Amino acid sequence: MEKVLVLLHTLDGGLPAAALETLGLARQLGAPWDLGVVGAGATAAAQSVSGGAEKCFAVEGEAFAASRYATDAAACEAIVRASGAPLVLAPDTLRFHRALPGVAERLGAAIDTHVVAVSGDGTIERWFYRQRIEAGLKGGQRPWILLIEPGSQPQAEPAPGAPPERLEVACETRTSVEGFSTPMTGEQTIRPDAPLLFVAGAGWTKKQKDGAVHLEEAAQLILDFVRKSQCSLGSSKSLVDLSSEGQPVLPFLTHLHQVGQTGSSPRHKKGLATCCHGEEPHVVGWRFIKERRAVNLDPNCGWARGKADVVYVADAFEVMRELLKLL
Amino acid sequence: MSYQIVVCGGLAPDPLQTLEPVFDTVKPSLRNELMLPAVFDPWAAHALYEAGHLARKHPGTLVRVVSLAPKAKLQQVMMTVAQKLPFELAALDGPGGGFTDAAATAEALAEAIAAMPDLDRSRLLLFGGWESATRGAGVVMQRVAERLGIREQFLAVDELVVEPDGALLIKERVEGGRHQISRCASPPAMLAWATGSLPEPPNHPQTGMANMRVILPALQKARPVSLAQTAEFVRVALPSAVRQTRIVKDVPAADIAREIAEWIRQ
Repeated sequence: MEKVLVLLHTLDGGLPAAALETLGLARQLGAPWDLGVVGAGATAAAQSVSGGAEKCFAVEGEAFAASRYATDAAACEAIVRASGAPLVLAPDTLRFHRALPGVAERLGAAIDTHVVAVSGDGTIERWFYRQRIEAGLKGGQRPWILLIEPGSQPQAEPAPGAPPERLEVACETRTSVEGFSTPMTGEQTIRPDAPLLFVAGAGWTKKQKDGAVHLEEAAQLILDFVRKSQCSLGSSKSLVDLSSEGQPVLPFLTHLHQVGQTGSSPRHKKGLATCCHGEEPHVVGWRFIKERRAVNLDPNCGWARGKADVVYVADAFEVMRELLKLL
Repeated sequence: MSYQIVVCGGLAPDPLQTLEPVFDTVKPSLRNELMLPAVFDPWAAHALYEAGHLARKHPGTLVRVVSLAPKAKLQQVMMTVAQKLPFELAALDGPGGGFTDAAATAEALAEAIAAMPDLDRSRLLLFGGWESATRGAGVVMQRVAERLGIREQFLAVDELVVEPDGALLIKERVEGGRHQISRCASPPAMLAWATGSLPEPPNHPQTGMANMRVILPALQKARPVSLAQTAEFVRVALPSAVRQTRIVKDVPAADIAREIAEWIRQ
């Protein structure tokens, strides 16, 4: 196996879980490896996990603390050049997903993202067509940058080692990072650490048995369930789109909750879909949900056709009222 | 200030279609790929709607779409997309689909953009989707921007606001259901859009007819493009997991709730 560069970034001064997963994969491959870390506190973070690395590099400083294309790309480019390793493994975080394709272009490198497996013979696995087709491929071009899908690998135990060589990198940019905003107040969107994903489908906003829409009760039931079960909250595209079509909507759902073709593909152990038909554009986002159950009035919905383990043919309002009594 | 907005977008199979891969080590494909109904790639479509919105607010702004796809399919899809908002098309006649090489695609798109007449890079906003619904790699836009010398890049953008001084205030998705807010002093910049916040514009037949007067000649002039492949595929398959679904019906809601509660606690 050829030499590997493990390229990581810090988050809030430490290494995020996705970084430790990438490190774990690199160690598992058994190839000689270098380490590079970018971001605030990169020197300390690199030393905390550099045990076993042949060479270790860090780029830090005020300019490199924030997640920003120009500075991240410059830092990563410097580390990849300094290492010279033909294979680069990095976590597929949004920070690196933004920066590393540009780095690949500068280096004349190949890049593959959302990689879920790397084997010793250099074959990688990733999904195409939004998790509808899986493929194994070998890259003929070097350097080859692989962004490892968070949640797909076990985390490495940190093993401290030698301090890194600090690289000085200069970069000009017209972009400043101003801060962060959270669209929801108190309601979580997709949280990778939650054991359960709860998906609210468009049926919650439709007329019920009495011929009326019960939006307030639907909102209350969903929010109570999310708070009591500490689950992730997702929605189908149809529910998200209703807001743009002027139809009644659950006010706390945004595009950030969307799961599926144009939304996220979260990795939770369990998923519970309610008032959602289980159409393919939504279900492609469930590819990595291991145990799936659905509550739907239609016994012929998409979930019933091999997409869920259990389908409860029932009124979701009634089921959720009863379920809340038990939680 | 007016802008020159270039939207990169390809085609994707209609999401309701069943996809079946055909294995080939050099270039796998989909069974009956040319027969599958196609749509404009969903995230690129969001980028296009945002471009149209920005153009309406900044008179003099020009929206151009660059698309690499089989010409016949592109023409079919453009009949619909052209009804949404005014734009010009630069068409590249080449293979679409998820198994094409991202770097080669980026090279072809960047060449097409660089060759556009009257391209003013100081006013250039390069738009596209943050991933495609086909390859789903999310790397083409950054590569195109690098080739065009654009070093201000933003990924998974949900909002763009132009401030009075001309600065671009941009919200990008980051982990944890949050947005990172960045200020870019001026164009050129690349924005790879997530879903944004705008609805799909209603069809406007008059806009469609006006657009097609420009789009059809552009399609006729579409430059043929062949894409080199650097990766070797060793396996392409549908995921094998089909679940044996248990249907629970005619059971009181309380019993169902009890079963779900136990399952959640396991």
